[in-house]
Amino acid sequence: MLKSLNINPAKCTGCLQCEMACSYEHTGAFNPSRSYIKVFTFHYEGRFVPYTCTQCEEAWCQRACPVDAISLDATTGAKVVSDDKCVGCKVCTIACPFGTINYSHVTGKVVKCDLCGGDPECAKACPTEAITYVDADWTGYDRMAAMAAKSLPAAEAASAS
Amino acid sequence: MSWTRKILRVNLTEGTCTPEDLNMEWANDYLGQRGLATKYLVEEVDPKVDPLSPENKMIMATGPLTGTMAATAGRYSVITKGPLTGAIACSNSGGFIGNEFKNAGWDMIIFEGKSEKPVYLWINDDEAELRDASELWGKSSWETDDLLRQWHQDPQIRVACIGRTAEQGCLYACIINDKHRAAGRSGVGTVMASKNLKAVAVRGTKGVGQNIKDMKRFFEAVNDGKKVLADNAVTGQGLPTYGTQVLMNVINGVGGLPVQNMKNAGFEGAEKISGEAMHEPRPSDGKPNLTTNAACFGCTIACGRISTVDKGHFTVQNKPEYWGASGGLEYEAAWALGADTCVDDLDALTYVNFLCNEDGFDPISFGCTVAAAMELFEQGVLTTEQTDGIELRFGDAKAFVAAAEALVAGTDFGKDLALGSKRLCEKYGRPELSMTVKGQEFPAYDPRGIQGIGLNYATSNRGACHLRGYTIASEVLGIPFKTEQTATEGKPELVKAFQDATSLVDSSGLCLFTTFAWGMENIAPQIDAACDGDWSVDRCLEVGERIWNMERLFNEAAGFTADDDKLPKRMLEEPIKGGPTDGQVNRLGEMLPKYYELRGWTPDGKVSEETKQRLSL
Repeated sequence: MLKSLNINPAKCTGCLQCEMACSYEHTGAFNPSRSYIKVFTFHYEGRFVPYTCTQCEEAWCQRACPVDAISLDATTGAKVVSDDKCVGCKVCTIACPFGTINYSHVTGKVVKCDLCGGDPECAKACPTEAITYVDADWTGYDRMAAMAAKSLPAAEAASAS
Repeated sequence: MSWTRKILRVNLTEGTCTPEDLNMEWANDYLGQRGLATKYLVEEVDPKVDPLSPENKMIMATGPLTGTMAATAGRYSVITKGPLTGAIACSNSGGFIGNEFKNAGWDMIIFEGKSEKPVYLWINDDEAELRDASELWGKSSWETDDLLRQWHQDPQIRVACIGRTAEQGCLYACIINDKHRAAGRSGVGTVMASKNLKAVAVRGTKGVGQNIKDMKRFFEAVNDGKKVLADNAVTGQGLPTYGTQVLMNVINGVGGLPVQNMKNAGFEGAEKISGEAMHEPRPSDGKPNLTTNAACFGCTIACGRISTVDKGHFTVQNKPEYWGASGGLEYEAAWALGADTCVDDLDALTYVNFLCNEDGFDPISFGCTVAAAMELFEQGVLTTEQTDGIELRFGDAKAFVAAAEALVAGTDFGKDLALGSKRLCEKYGRPELSMTVKGQEFPAYDPRGIQGIGLNYATSNRGACHLRGYTIASEVLGIPFKTEQTATEGKPELVKAFQDATSLVDSSGLCLFTTFAWGMENIAPQIDAACDGDWSVDRCLEVGERIWNMERLFNEAAGFTADDDKLPKRMLEEPIKGGPTDGQVNRLGEMLPKYYELRGWTPDGKVSEETKQRLSL
């Protein structure tokens, strides 16, 4: 079963545990500035939105890369950057419509979410289940269930799962 | 270890920024943040110094766990000699700037001297320099934060700054970070303003924790701690849902909610300004006051309140700058702004809370000062001549809001309010109406109805304060065990234990609110796994006790004596009328001698030579 990160901004409190977990996994230090998942704070709306790569099936970054440095991890579906091949040209950062692949001046390469090899640290660190790792075919399941529940009378909705 | 081992010394007179090695001997004795910065202050500043003179110093300090994945580990503190009290001041803040200091590679920043012109400190990892802030002077903390992000073209920098009230000399001005978190009490912002330092802007990208002593054990201790927080009813449910405002109805219910400048306990309007009320859709616009809860850095509790005021409410009509969501009411603020002034208009209190954040003033001290002014007004001591024409009566939301706007605008009446309750009441010849200890206003628990907290207020090193020894946990909530709230027996022991443990927590980088669920047995293993040396529960408590006594010695040298360990006459002689605590006064005299004895102090409250030796002071 292919799994995806499933992000529910309504549950996010903006604590940045995900950024610390991600940066620790990839750099060995708690360093939000080097996290591959970012939480955006919309102060005047009172909203926090975690955002990272969705691992496109046909990935713009992968197609744009002139040196084939981005490959598919067949087990997880993640598009993974090979540091050995990446020349830091940043063309992928232009190609990506979502801004989720970025250049790092520290390594001189581009960096992006690699799903931690199938066990994403951000999802494990999230205290509110704003980030979960679920069946890729069913990332909308929670919202569907919530909408379905709305169509029920109150008493029945309470027992639905 | 988890210290960066680097401190930054900023001499504002000379305009220099100089890195120094952290004194690791002191770090071993005082851990970090509150304890360690106080040690530096004690060593470097004459306790008799005028708090607003260039000779006073101000230290911004992180703890060894700040910036790590430990739950709530984003705290920093500001330590200085406080202008409101003349005592040691230490104000703790969350938000996101503590971890940014640490990520930039600094354990603490020591500010000394006074700049000739307004400046701000810019820190970009190892680089640190003072820059011109003349364009920022006169701006609110919100504008300052926005402008600095624009100037540096970096939305990710973090800013701690003062607002206009600090510039105007308000004696309880805060340092605001991240727009709505505050190093709030004792006037630390006033000290910052006295140095012509408008802001500190930081960008840190170096990472934290590379030198944690035992990473495997650290993660075990941290994850165990997170589970305890999640499973606990207060930290897992009560605080995220209602914030600290979960307390409003609880404390009112046990007869512990002071009202009307602490004349009595029990507020009729408590429910209307409670955490529960913040969830209720307003009849006016169908939306609740509470927009969402929010976390500080690394916090798995997320007690923060983000609120929105109804656009049609009298406070914000035609003021779209206040229509967005921002930092909402916490319990202490809701009490001081609301119950103590008898104002039960939730949106009015929220708007004034916005002003507190926008212009950096302590809602506890401000609310209590207005409450005192209201009592002076109702007694005819103050008239509309002194109040800018405001009919300053208890319960009048419009008058209350006008008073807040007067403070920000710096009108004549605003200048009176900026003095704080003690100086205001003295100025008008009624010192007994000031509800303060050592010049600092009370927080939200009545020491007549809850005895131990009274002893804590009286002996708190920074003046009346709930955060120095939160015995409410035991006396009302039963954490870690229940004690009878109106009893004095056992309270000296309780107060000492809470004060010492709190000193340690405030020195670690963790948030005190974890202690609703955590004991030292949860905290010590996290410190021990991160820091060099053996940090057992016993050592942590000893360090806490050492810190408390060091602060006490600073105050002693500043001129404080046992005479200052007292409560206002009202707390000792005017009994509560009605409700569950009917007839109660605080019986401080029954507790204080025993407290001194337990502390190893002389009967007149001095730290004894034996105690100094025992604690290596």
